[in-house]
Amino acid sequence: MSREDYEIVIGLEVHAELSTKTKIFCNCSTEFGADPNTHVCPVCMAMPGTLPVLNEKVVEYAVKAGLATGCEISRDSKNDRKNYFYPDLPKSYQISQFDKPLCEHGKVEIEEDGEKKIIGITRIHIEEDAGKLNHNEFGGGSLVDLNRAGVPLIEIVSEPDMRSAKDAENYLKKIKSILEYIEVSDCKMQEGSLRADVNVSVRKKGAKEFGTRTEMKNMNSFRSIVRAIEYESERQIDVLEDGGIITQETLRWDDVSGKTFTMRDKEDAQDYRYFPEPDLVAIRLSEEYIENIKNNLPELPESRKERYLKEYNLSEKDSKMLTASKYLSNMFEQALAICGNAKAVANWLLSDVSRILNEKEIEPDQIPFTAEQLAKMIELIEKGTISSAIGKKVLEELFENPRNPEEIIKEKGWIQISDEGAIKEVVAKILQNNPQSIADFKAGKDRALGFLVGQAMKETKGKANPQMLNKMFLEELNK
Amino acid sequence: MDITELTVHELAQKIENKELTITEITKAYVDRINEKEQDVQAFVTTLTDEALKSAKTIEERKANGEIKSQFAGIPIGIKDNICTKGIKTTCSSKMLENFVAPYNATVVEKLNDENLITLGKLNMDEFAMGSSTETSYFKKTKNPWNLNTVPGGSSGGSAAAVAANLVPWALGSDTGGSIRQPASLCGVVGLKPTYGLVSRYGLVAFASSLDQIGPITKDVKDSAILLNIISGHDEKDSTSANLPKKDYTKALKNDIKGLKIGVPKQYFGEGINSEVKAKIEEAIQKYKELGAIVEECSLDIADYALATYYIIACAEASSNLGRFDGIRYGYRAENYSNLKELFKNSRSEGFGDEVKRRIILGTYVLSSGYYDAYYKKANQVRTLVKQAFDEAFEKYDVLLTPTSPTVAFEIGSKSNNPLELYLADICTVSINIAGLPGISIPCGVDSNGMPIGMQLIGNSFAEETILNAAYTYEQATNFREKYKPTFKGGAQ
Repeated sequence: MSREDYEIVIGLEVHAELSTKTKIFCNCSTEFGADPNTHVCPVCMAMPGTLPVLNEKVVEYAVKAGLATGCEISRDSKNDRKNYFYPDLPKSYQISQFDKPLCEHGKVEIEEDGEKKIIGITRIHIEEDAGKLNHNEFGGGSLVDLNRAGVPLIEIVSEPDMRSAKDAENYLKKIKSILEYIEVSDCKMQEGSLRADVNVSVRKKGAKEFGTRTEMKNMNSFRSIVRAIEYESERQIDVLEDGGIITQETLRWDDVSGKTFTMRDKEDAQDYRYFPEPDLVAIRLSEEYIENIKNNLPELPESRKERYLKEYNLSEKDSKMLTASKYLSNMFEQALAICGNAKAVANWLLSDVSRILNEKEIEPDQIPFTAEQLAKMIELIEKGTISSAIGKKVLEELFENPRNPEEIIKEKGWIQISDEGAIKEVVAKILQNNPQSIADFKAGKDRALGFLVGQAMKETKGKANPQMLNKMFLEELNK
Repeated sequence: MDITELTVHELAQKIENKELTITEITKAYVDRINEKEQDVQAFVTTLTDEALKSAKTIEERKANGEIKSQFAGIPIGIKDNICTKGIKTTCSSKMLENFVAPYNATVVEKLNDENLITLGKLNMDEFAMGSSTETSYFKKTKNPWNLNTVPGGSSGGSAAAVAANLVPWALGSDTGGSIRQPASLCGVVGLKPTYGLVSRYGLVAFASSLDQIGPITKDVKDSAILLNIISGHDEKDSTSANLPKKDYTKALKNDIKGLKIGVPKQYFGEGINSEVKAKIEEAIQKYKELGAIVEECSLDIADYALATYYIIACAEASSNLGRFDGIRYGYRAENYSNLKELFKNSRSEGFGDEVKRRIILGTYVLSSGYYDAYYKKANQVRTLVKQAFDEAFEKYDVLLTPTSPTVAFEIGSKSNNPLELYLADICTVSINIAGLPGISIPCGVDSNGMPIGMQLIGNSFAEETILNAAYTYEQATNFREKYKPTFKGGAQ
């Protein structure tokens, strides 16, 4: 049989850190990047006798996420203990939710090449993050940092509805976009605030039963998720083609070698001994509470996209691309409010800005300049102070050292030459040096004009006003 | 006048009347500890010097009018599983031998608000697991009525200290009878409040859904006073009830005419010592004389309470005690070659046998494949136990039972038979399972002069009813005037 006879089946468990100010069970800050063990207290360090108190914001954020992904919200829910020993887990149990999650039975829509697909969401539950082990560079074991212990998480478990690495990428992007829109998580993958456990299995096309799955834990970049799925599905097909069987196991994806390695197999599977958390009371949500959150849900990517189509006459594709990222789309709206030119802002964001983001391998939330700076640059082009060509250079500069575009062009001497006398001089010089072009133009070859303008731009290092050049060349040629 | 014989309300009255000073009282207790602690062995940590210093300060501040509380300067003992900032909290375990909490339990904050003086931290069964205080890593506390016998447990240090007048009152904790049973064995009053009435914040957890802190006192009025001080909603404990504060001393009316008392026959079956039974029957007679309506009743499900209790309590304990892993605080094994060994050796060396036994039991009943048969089943029975009590309280105001099936037994006599020792809790555990309040008060002594206690059980948050019932009986019988601990036996 060949690879084409197999179908890949993927399910994702996405962990998103919630952007509450304080931790899930105490008042410690959730801020990222502090010195080790500075955002800790007796509760999140699990000192004896301390008790958890549930942060109500966490419930609110999880309900928001549930509503934004079409989930049913449980009126009765509870917390459970998941017991296991690890140095980064101070209580030796994680407070999570086992059989009564806050949200269930949701779905999101993904799209690839115009083809839409529904990915089911099994459940969303709340839980606490663990701390972190830092390898001790001075030798002798590891050091425990509990700043992250107790940072609230939601775990979003998908149905095994994805059939390709691309599906998984689109699904994760969709989830990220929704969480950003409803402002419950900053979804900074590089800081680990969005990460996914990826379950992969393969089966013969048309088969009813799923194949045995393997799980890859704690993946935190789109690129490695895609590569890991591609590698792992290939590996599983190879094993099956060779007459082998897939073992259910937890794997570690190694980005450097591009391979998966066994972390633990089913035999060492932990028995987490889940049981209801007796230190917390049941979570009971009223209709009114849920209704209130529903009514205050911010605009989601889908409806924002529709609005862009209607209000700004943007294309379907552009609207979709802009709204995929809340940061990009917010920047669009903010810049638009200043300069008033939707098409121009959309073009800049989707072409040059996106190109540079790709080159730099960074996400829209890491754009260093402000919407105002972008809008200023567009205004400078519209006013004719700079050309589009210079605009591109200004943009590069905004990525390197963001500041007021007016300052940039002044400093760099990029102000457009719109002085009639100066333009005239350039036009005269170019015409003098290109008699053949004059002849061509007169012979009816319109392209010659473009060539001449290009030469003039080159001569002025892109600073000449192209409209004026055009006009003046025409005047001279038609004399 | 022997100051240490006085109850707290008597001491407060004498301070008020300027018959006694705070320093005199504290000094009397320090002297008493110096004299008797060597026999009783009730303390893990004594704070006598600190107490004398505090007495002086509080006296001055009270004279200045800075402190108003009428109980300011009254000494108290605290069970060693209740966290005290800057003072060791050991849970009588090698695991926490040197553990000093950087915070106070909420109840300790409340004692401090009243400016009570802590005389020390009191011995207990390791992590409150036991009914004799014999599982303490540090010492075996003796029963002041007979130094060859146990004080009961797990709050054995607290009960023995109160009985021996080493402290005027003490805090204990009760998961399955750990306040009431030692109170009974030591001839003092012990109250387990309704689950949620007293904050558990800072109480080192044994079984979170069962644990409650409560008073161990010389008489019922002192229990009401101490309950006034320690009860109340706490934002730090999600399971603490948000109810208006009450003055429990107002419930002590010395009148129980018309009170309906049910006597569940299941608590008088096999294993209940005949002398205990006889004294309880005398108490029932007394209640009738005092105008109560007493009826025999039935709580069938009570037969399953002990098994249910040991499953739930051990399950929760196995999880609660996981945090003692040698990583952040507490005992860490000296020898280990990897992470697994660090965990394993620290826990193997740091915990005693009874604690390990219960962790293993608890781990077993929660493990996959056994959960449904044990933990889940136990919780179903728990619901039935609650329902049975609910039904009983539709008919009765109070249920009356023995507190302990026997009087204090000899040290070492049951320590090799854990199951027999578990039976010591047979009368008390169902109250924890149902979350109800229960009080143990002395109701006589056996032929060897050892105290016998009876338990009065109330409906949820009906502490006032059982306090009044206990108080009325106490006023009519005067146990404290008739019987005193003899300190017989032991080394002397």
